[in-house]
Amino acid sequence: MSNEQQIPLGKDVGTGLKKISTSSTASGLQTGLFTLASSLAAVVIALAICAVLLAVTGKNPWQAYSTIIETGTEGDKLLEMMKRATPLIFSATAVAVGFKMNLFNIGVEGQYLFAALIAATVGSRVSLPAPLHVLFILIVAVVAGAAWASIAAMLKVGRGVHEVISTIMLNYVALSVIQWLFENFFRDKGAEGLNVKTKLLPASGRMPDIVDDRLGGMFFVALFVVFLYWVLVFKSRFGFRLRSSGLNPGAARTSGIGANKMIFISLLVSGGIAGLVAMQSVLGEIYAYGPNATPTQLGFLGIAVALLGRHHPIGIVVSALLFGFLDSTSAQLQLAEIPSSIVKLIQAITVLTVVIINEATIRWLNKRTAERTAATLIHRAEVAAS
Amino acid sequence: MSTVEVTPGDIAASTSKRARALANHRIVMLVSAFVVLAAMSFTRIWTDQQALTSSQTIGTALRVMVPILMAGIAALWAERCGVLNIGIEGMMIFGTWFGGYFAWQHGAWVGLAMGVLGGMIAGTIHAVATVHFGVNQTISGVVMNIFAFYGARYLSDLLFVGEQGGGVSQSPPQKSAIPKFDVPFLAGGDLFGWKTPDIFGWFEDKEWFLVGDLGGIGRGLTYNISWATAIALATVPITAWVMWRTRFGLRLRSSGEAPSAAETLGVKVVRLRYAGLIISGGCAGFGGATMSIVASSYYRQGQTQGNGFIGMATLIFGNWRPMGVLGGASLFGYSLGIKLVANDSIPALFLFITFVAGCMLIVSLVRQKAVTAISAAVAGALFFYAYHTVQEVPESLTQALPYVITLVVLATASQRLRPPAMAGVPYRPGEGH
Amino acid sequence: MTDGKQHSLSSDLAVELTGIEKRFPGVIANYDIDLKVRRGTIHAIVGENGAGKSTLMKTLYGMHQPDAGTIQVNGQLQHFRSPSDAIASGIGMVHQHFMLADNLTVLENIILGAEPAKGVRIDFAAAHQRVNDIAKAAGTTVDIDMPASELGVGQRQRVEILKVLYRGANILILDEPTAVLVPQEVDELFANLRQLVNDGATVIFISHKLDEVLAVSDEITVIRQGTTVTTVLPHEINRKQLAELMVGSELPSPDGRDSEISTEVRLQVSGLTVSAPGQRDLVHDATFGVHAGEIVGIAGVEGNGQFELCTAIMGLLPCTGRVEIGGHDVSKANTHHRRNAGLAYIPFDRHREGLMLDAPLWENSLLGREHTPSLNRGPLINGAAARADCREIIDRFDVLTPSETVPAFALSGGNQQKLLVGRELSSEPSVLIAAHPTRGVDIGAQAAIWNEIRSARDQGLAVLLISADLEELIGLSDTILVMFDGLITATLDPASATPELLGTYMTGGTVEAA
Repeated sequence: MSNEQQIPLGKDVGTGLKKISTSSTASGLQTGLFTLASSLAAVVIALAICAVLLAVTGKNPWQAYSTIIETGTEGDKLLEMMKRATPLIFSATAVAVGFKMNLFNIGVEGQYLFAALIAATVGSRVSLPAPLHVLFILIVAVVAGAAWASIAAMLKVGRGVHEVISTIMLNYVALSVIQWLFENFFRDKGAEGLNVKTKLLPASGRMPDIVDDRLGGMFFVALFVVFLYWVLVFKSRFGFRLRSSGLNPGAARTSGIGANKMIFISLLVSGGIAGLVAMQSVLGEIYAYGPNATPTQLGFLGIAVALLGRHHPIGIVVSALLFGFLDSTSAQLQLAEIPSSIVKLIQAITVLTVVIINEATIRWLNKRTAERTAATLIHRAEVAAS
Repeated sequence: MSTVEVTPGDIAASTSKRARALANHRIVMLVSAFVVLAAMSFTRIWTDQQALTSSQTIGTALRVMVPILMAGIAALWAERCGVLNIGIEGMMIFGTWFGGYFAWQHGAWVGLAMGVLGGMIAGTIHAVATVHFGVNQTISGVVMNIFAFYGARYLSDLLFVGEQGGGVSQSPPQKSAIPKFDVPFLAGGDLFGWKTPDIFGWFEDKEWFLVGDLGGIGRGLTYNISWATAIALATVPITAWVMWRTRFGLRLRSSGEAPSAAETLGVKVVRLRYAGLIISGGCAGFGGATMSIVASSYYRQGQTQGNGFIGMATLIFGNWRPMGVLGGASLFGYSLGIKLVANDSIPALFLFITFVAGCMLIVSLVRQKAVTAISAAVAGALFFYAYHTVQEVPESLTQALPYVITLVVLATASQRLRPPAMAGVPYRPGEGH
Repeated sequence: MTDGKQHSLSSDLAVELTGIEKRFPGVIANYDIDLKVRRGTIHAIVGENGAGKSTLMKTLYGMHQPDAGTIQVNGQLQHFRSPSDAIASGIGMVHQHFMLADNLTVLENIILGAEPAKGVRIDFAAAHQRVNDIAKAAGTTVDIDMPASELGVGQRQRVEILKVLYRGANILILDEPTAVLVPQEVDELFANLRQLVNDGATVIFISHKLDEVLAVSDEITVIRQGTTVTTVLPHEINRKQLAELMVGSELPSPDGRDSEISTEVRLQVSGLTVSAPGQRDLVHDATFGVHAGEIVGIAGVEGNGQFELCTAIMGLLPCTGRVEIGGHDVSKANTHHRRNAGLAYIPFDRHREGLMLDAPLWENSLLGREHTPSLNRGPLINGAAARADCREIIDRFDVLTPSETVPAFALSGGNQQKLLVGRELSSEPSVLIAAHPTRGVDIGAQAAIWNEIRSARDQGLAVLLISADLEELIGLSDTILVMFDGLITATLDPASATPELLGTYMTGGTVEAA
């Protein structure tokens, strides 16, 4: 070992570099803007593709789009947008929690329907003072959703079954179990025909309206849950461990984070949030669960919203509102003789393009970050040396 | 693994050892099949539930099995070349829709062909997303399913609404149907205009032990068979031959087993993955098309009923081999067939399962495998009890049967599985050294 | 040991490399390399880790282009743009990590990409014939219809050799071929190689196991620190001299130290064994202790069990034996508990085991320390405190970065390493396992890191140091253990360690043979 102490390069150039930039928001903002731009680009591309599809089949894309925009921005419709966005926010948040751990919870559909049935039934057979009653039903829904998700969690941790297939299978099993439970035990004997439901919730168990029947309180519960998601996943110690396991399982293991525990907990949390998806319907619209009344497909739409919103709390809310916006215009489109399912097609194509563009831009973005970092360091070295 | 010098004699010995193991394996398979058949036959006679092995049940099972089989073969082609295909369900939806539309417009055969084409287009989209852009394979598959569902809905809205018999969730009926045939001699089919004797049918009617069952099974497989079913069954040996006997097949498999190593040997992994996914999509499309053209006569929303995912389960059940996939699909087809045709016979099945559990108990006691023995004993006792107490299994629960079976298969079969080593791992050319 | 007949016949050069130079960013891997390999010989290339052997072979095999110098194969000048070009000129490489598809049969593995065909069908009869012929000629017997997964390690290598022979290679490059073989398999391999060479092939092989090299090769070229030192004939040199050539005749001398080594044993490993199915034990019966205030260094060529030893101590790899930290038996505890007991770890592979490349630096510096009270506010992470803490680490360890919010992938490897070291030392451990702590780090920062480790040691930290850098090892360690083939083969005092002694033990010898 040479006795001559070589002056470390860093300290030499030192004084300039020692003052490390505290403007951490600067680069973060730039990345955020790029992300937003690429998501917007995806939406624009999707609209273009849909316009082509519309034109090819003889419909006028401009008419369709202008109808959408005109209708959607009316005051009433904006409230409807928020209402339709509510279940999507829950669904997307549930998916995002799993995704942060590299887990794909495709079972939100089954989890939320199961939770809706259980929560509606239990809620209608219990009587508590008003605010407590609603809270109680919400808690039951969360527990039921988590319970259904725990099956997939146990299969994954115990038997190594990939959660994609198991959650999808459990969706179908859930439909079956729900039907059996409903027909044999939970159906309200009073109602008949297409409108069968569980027993109606008493007034104390209903979510209060905010703007008469156009917007209920669940919207704000949804915003609150997204906020909790943000705090839990991005700010808490548990969330840090969760995201670390997702980012680099090897490094997380080496640092002492137990993989199985993380998988189990995150699937349960995901399922719990999923349980709230139909609560707007149960607590604020039909006040019960009904196989023909409770909305379906919200699980899969939630996946789309989560992908579009890049699993980020603000992205999720914005994307859910966007989907809600599009959905609120479907009735008007029907009147204008444009197939209302164009709305769903736009949503579907958007997700496809977003997913592809995400991948393409991430690589480019990372390269840029690396280059800019190197350039910054070189620049500072030159400045300090001069 | 010997650390002693291997001599030609050793090789001859190990080759013949392998041959004997293969022969043993075949004997075990045959004996098991015989035992299962005997147990089924006994159950049939004891409970007088002829439907257990009737040609009607088996025929239905065969028909129901086709989309599951095609989904499994589609999954096979995809995973063997190294790409997970969760989007098979979506590709089948493409198949059902294209099939329904073109069968309505131009007849059943055109419908089938266009269903295949629709699936291939979907396969190409998946390939571009995952192989070219590097999108996560699971996400791409899930998005494919969403896209197909709403795409089909939109196209129906556009093209079926206002037509006679059509609507936003179904197509007008097909113009013509795929013809069916009866195999001559075995099931009384026509041979140049002459009606041949129905041999299987004759045996079935006698309802004798074992022979009657074989007759029923045989007739179910040979009577009133759609040509589409025949094509579907043919894909199994064709797939096996292409994958294990041709250059294309070997290179395709290597793309899923060791893409970096293959690339260093000059194999064009990217191209092969595209090919594999397009074929996968085509198979899925065909499977979907049979649902709207053969099993039914028009497209209906939700027709695929999760068969795409069940197909993936048969892949795992079949240990990533074509014959295995066929076996798995048969199992699912049979359980669905029983449910459709002979819902009342299901309690009788409990007795059958009790017998099988009993046999497994004996075998595991002989082999001294405690865990298996205990599980077999418990299962046997449970099902025996169920047989005596359950009169009728509610429709709502039997609906879940294929999915529950899938979960059971997945949970128990993890041991001796040999999936393609690099399936699901994204590959970028130039990686490796 | 070389056949006199061979010498006179093979006066032609199969391979001649002249003035080869290869640079990577920040590192000169090869320079001024001259290599002459005579046809029909077994030519060995020896050197330590990082000496530049693998880089040179990759150049010869066309995996990258040299920055300067020429390659001649069989007297003809060649420019290889890819391995396919090298294969076309008759060169075949057998990698250290075998590239076989487990689920395909041996035959399928061999013929892949060059299958004999009848139309679209593979002509299996012809394939069997050709491969069996080649195998017989090479003196190899292996059941080619077996799935590759059932092959033993020695057989896998044999198949890799058949793969290159099938494609017409007559110049074979083998990279550390005996790394995972048991002695009998080594003998079989050498017999094979002899037979191949007798039939006209040329074999170049890279190794650090000097006994084997002396036993089987016709000529030996020594590479040290990126350049060729000399070429010798085996009968002209003995093991001791060869080891010295490899390691260099000057070793750094250890620094003095102020503090004393305590009597308290902080880390005690007893009888630790990590086994692998079908192979010899990766670590066998390791027993040693590290005292507070002591640095125990483990010398050895990479791949002799050091990684497995460290991960087993961390609780990441199943093993038998006892591990005690500060007197507590943690043999059954999980990684989290071991870290809580005071264990910290600078891992071998910073990308796989150390850093989350897409996460900002401050989250990386938090990993493994997220439960530290000062960085938390209840169940939440105190982001401001964590970032300030990261800035401290960046400052103290001179991590070159614009800020602590930059993602880790944007940093150079050396700076990533500095952050890792800083993070682990900041957790104030009682035992530190440091694997190549200054790998990829520039000289100035290296000295700084050494100072940090030394001052932590002076305050009582027990350090287990694994390094291939002899300067680092001898400079820092109070005791040196040598690992070879999963065993701890020697305990040395750094002050009296000579190059030959170290080299002897690192390459599998014993003092008597030295």
